[in-house]
Amino acid sequence: MEIKTTEFKRCTMIKTSGRIDGSNAQELAQALKTITSKGMYNIVFDMSEVNFVASAGWWVLIDIQKTCKPSGELVLVKVEKGIKDSLNLVGMGSYFRTYDDVTTAVGDF
Amino acid sequence: MGTKRFSCSLQNLEEICDYVTHCADEAGLSESEVYAVQLAVDEASTNIMEHGYGRECPERIDITCEILEDGLKVVIYDDAQPFTPEGVPEPETNVPLEDLKPRGLGLFLIHKMMDEVKYEPTADRGNTLTMIKHHAR
Repeated sequence: MEIKTTEFKRCTMIKTSGRIDGSNAQELAQALKTITSKGMYNIVFDMSEVNFVASAGWWVLIDIQKTCKPSGELVLVKVEKGIKDSLNLVGMGSYFRTYDDVTTAVGDF
Repeated sequence: MGTKRFSCSLQNLEEICDYVTHCADEAGLSESEVYAVQLAVDEASTNIMEHGYGRECPERIDITCEILEDGLKVVIYDDAQPFTPEGVPEPETNVPLEDLKPRGLGLFLIHKMMDEVKYEPTADRGNTLTMIKHHAR
């Protein structure tokens, strides 16, 4: 799993591609924890190239959201419809703000 | 469409997903219905590997796809300990973020994603999970 991290003035952006499932969710968790361990709690997750998220992935994002709030926030960008629908269907969509483009998400911090 | 056997490794989840995606496409399911099947089968396979067998092991997971007149039937067979879904607590959703506990989401998703879900644990060894997704149209 390739994970790219970019630091901006007020937030950190993370990007990966493909699937997030039980085989690699902990790699994503580690990358996100590296960010929060530096005291950076404003995180933009660019999901434009992510095409599948299993519950193992959602728990990683929920866990990081708990760490980030209330001093910061993890926001999601360009979430594919199927992924977003599945999250909303189980009532967990409300835990994340979503954006349609990276520029707006980064600019909002 | 026959049965395909996968060894019990989380690294095989993508291959399992590819197989059921092929089945769902053949069955003529829509894009969102295909995603629902992918997610349900991924969650079920992950549960078998992590909770049924207990992580990586040489055991089998057999997946059968059957195209129905109005959708797709997927049956997953394992040799793990009998599983009783009634014993799994439902995840608490719509609660404050800090109260959210990581449990039961996989099974909950399976039921939400599929139209019919049936677990048949056998008395001695193994489980059969039958899931059906109907066309919306």
